[in-house]
Amino acid sequence: MTWLTRNKLTVAPWLFLAPALVFFVVYVVGPIFESIGLSFYEWNGLYTADGQSTAEWVGFENYRKLWDDPKFWTSLGNNVAWLVLYMLAVPAGLGIALFLNQTTPGMRIYKSLFFFPFVISQVVVGLIFGWFYNPDFGVVGTVWKMLYCEETTNILGNTTFRCSRPAPDILSSPDWATYGIIAAGLWPQIAYCMILYLTGLNNVASDQIEAARLDGAKGWRMLWHVVLPQLRPATFIAVVVTVIGALRSFDMIAIMTQGGPFGSTNVLAYYMYEVAISEYGERYGYGSAVATVLFGIMLIYISYFLWRMYQDEREGR
Amino acid sequence: MNTLLKTAAATLAATTMLAGAASARDLVINFDDLNPGPKAAFEAAVAKFAEENSDINVITNINDREAHKSAIRNFLTADAPDVTSWYPGNRMAPFVDAGLFMAVDDVWDDNGFREDLAAIEPTMMRDGKTWGVPYSYYQWGIYYRSDIFGLLNLEEPQTWDELLAACATMKENGVTPFTIGTKFLWTAAGVFDYINLRTNGYDVHNALTAGEITYTDPRIVATFDNWEQLIDECGFVENHASMSWQDALAPFANGDAAMYVMGNFAVDGMKNAGLTNDQIDFFPFPEITPGLPRAEEAPADAFFIPTNAKNPDDAKKFLAFVARADVQTEWNKTMGQLPINSKATVGDDKFLQQGFETVSTAAGLAQFYDRDAPAEMAKAGMEGFQEFMLDTSKKMDVLERLDGVQEQVYE
Repeated sequence: MTWLTRNKLTVAPWLFLAPALVFFVVYVVGPIFESIGLSFYEWNGLYTADGQSTAEWVGFENYRKLWDDPKFWTSLGNNVAWLVLYMLAVPAGLGIALFLNQTTPGMRIYKSLFFFPFVISQVVVGLIFGWFYNPDFGVVGTVWKMLYCEETTNILGNTTFRCSRPAPDILSSPDWATYGIIAAGLWPQIAYCMILYLTGLNNVASDQIEAARLDGAKGWRMLWHVVLPQLRPATFIAVVVTVIGALRSFDMIAIMTQGGPFGSTNVLAYYMYEVAISEYGERYGYGSAVATVLFGIMLIYISYFLWRMYQDEREGR
Repeated sequence: MNTLLKTAAATLAATTMLAGAASARDLVINFDDLNPGPKAAFEAAVAKFAEENSDINVITNINDREAHKSAIRNFLTADAPDVTSWYPGNRMAPFVDAGLFMAVDDVWDDNGFREDLAAIEPTMMRDGKTWGVPYSYYQWGIYYRSDIFGLLNLEEPQTWDELLAACATMKENGVTPFTIGTKFLWTAAGVFDYINLRTNGYDVHNALTAGEITYTDPRIVATFDNWEQLIDECGFVENHASMSWQDALAPFANGDAAMYVMGNFAVDGMKNAGLTNDQIDFFPFPEITPGLPRAEEAPADAFFIPTNAKNPDDAKKFLAFVARADVQTEWNKTMGQLPINSKATVGDDKFLQQGFETVSTAAGLAQFYDRDAPAEMAKAGMEGFQEFMLDTSKKMDVLERLDGVQEQVYE
């Protein structure tokens, strides 16, 4: 017997894993260390004519700058707002799932309609909400005009509106823009949580419901003590995807405000892009420092997630 | 797909044929504008160059502007063309500092460009050398609805007080004086630059963007005081922070707003919005500090030779060619901008005529805030301008914050 045949049970899984592992190391693990390394340099992303990097070692200077950078703290604060408010998607998704978990004719259509926002791209959602909020031609503006504005003609005889109060310009207000974007982001996220709960509800044991009913449980008590515990796996996944969704929020911000007005809707992911890759960025070291901080935050959460998974696996055995 | 391939093949064949002789030397040119006018002008010029130099085989790569901005960072090192389009001022600084561009002082000296392109020379220089050759620029100023001015019996304001008086008349008649869309920030920089150029002049503009004076300097504070006055007594359209510059054309086209501080490229947008030459006109930004030499914004587009160019000799020939008076005349007629060579003639469009009049008599030419200042400073500055426009009471906060940024950027 050759070595290979003797050890095939040990070798086979690694053989099958190898392609994925290689790509994972080259395209995920490698760049993580590369950008952590880059965060100790000051670099505008250019090489000299003979291919030498123009990067300059600065040690922890980038991190010191981050500490004093008000835009970094704004971004971090917005990340927290995203995390907290995005969690609303979990109970909201549950509510809609419970509501849709009926056997009425045509229910599939309603379910699909509720699921629809998750299917369309985030970019499209951002565009739609951007128009929705527009104070001139959007839904917000149109409703406002009906309430507070009167139609007149201007000096040239063209139709125009005079408003007793200016229409709210949500995406240009430093106080409201972030919440406006989060609301837009919640729309597809609720749909996602809803579908997770709908599949979860399919697996709720009907005999337990029956038994609880015989014991006189209904309404909130039934939900809290009988249904929700059975939905625990669905809740876990819903929380996980929502946290990830909140931390990686980027597309909506890029589409709706580009981090504006004056940087007040930045989150770490977008700020990283802005300082490193965008037209006015070109500070790759500093961008890498932002990325490293974001990675650190995610790492806390990912470690917890992996630990939980590991515990569950052990219990399962 | 098939048609695409055919078109590609046809274009390739065409460029090869234009070049003539098969044993020709290759000259690779990267250009960055796919819009119909600029692209046609570039291609016509290249055809003419190939005709005059039948021993050179010209190969062109035309890319979209934004794509070019990121591509240039790689191709200058990895796969350098012989000529590439780029921008003067601070935009060329990182490449010059990294040694990626070749100095072209000999092209300037041998062709008399020091004289013919004198006005633009300072912005093409860095570390005492000249780095590229410009082929086109355009004017900035105030575009206005001449029909509204006519209805209100207003003249083109020459001074700050006349401008404020005109604004008062407009407001009495329910017209918002200025439209603007600051969503993408740079439009606010145009207004800032002009108020600063008129309040303090060209040297202060350069000193500020070079980091030599602070934002809380009394002269810059005076600029902001004037800007505040403009916002209070003239006023901009509401919701400007959620509009792009194109969105801001809507109130202008509808007659709700009467003036627009903009570059000449906006005329195209105005005409697309249904306005005709009888309804729109142009005047240079009015004087604020009496007797100050008048400087203008005139962002230029230029050609540069990468250090890694394989055929620098022919590249220099091309650079000498693009700044020639007759070439610039043709080129800019086609693309609807202004030639830089003082011996060139300008197209007969009324905006070009007025622009040429404005720019060619200017005491100094600024590139634009975001091209003269380093990227990081420009970004912070323009965000500050937008914040100030939304709430003028934050003036000193904004200026102090910009001082902090400035300290870091220019350290």
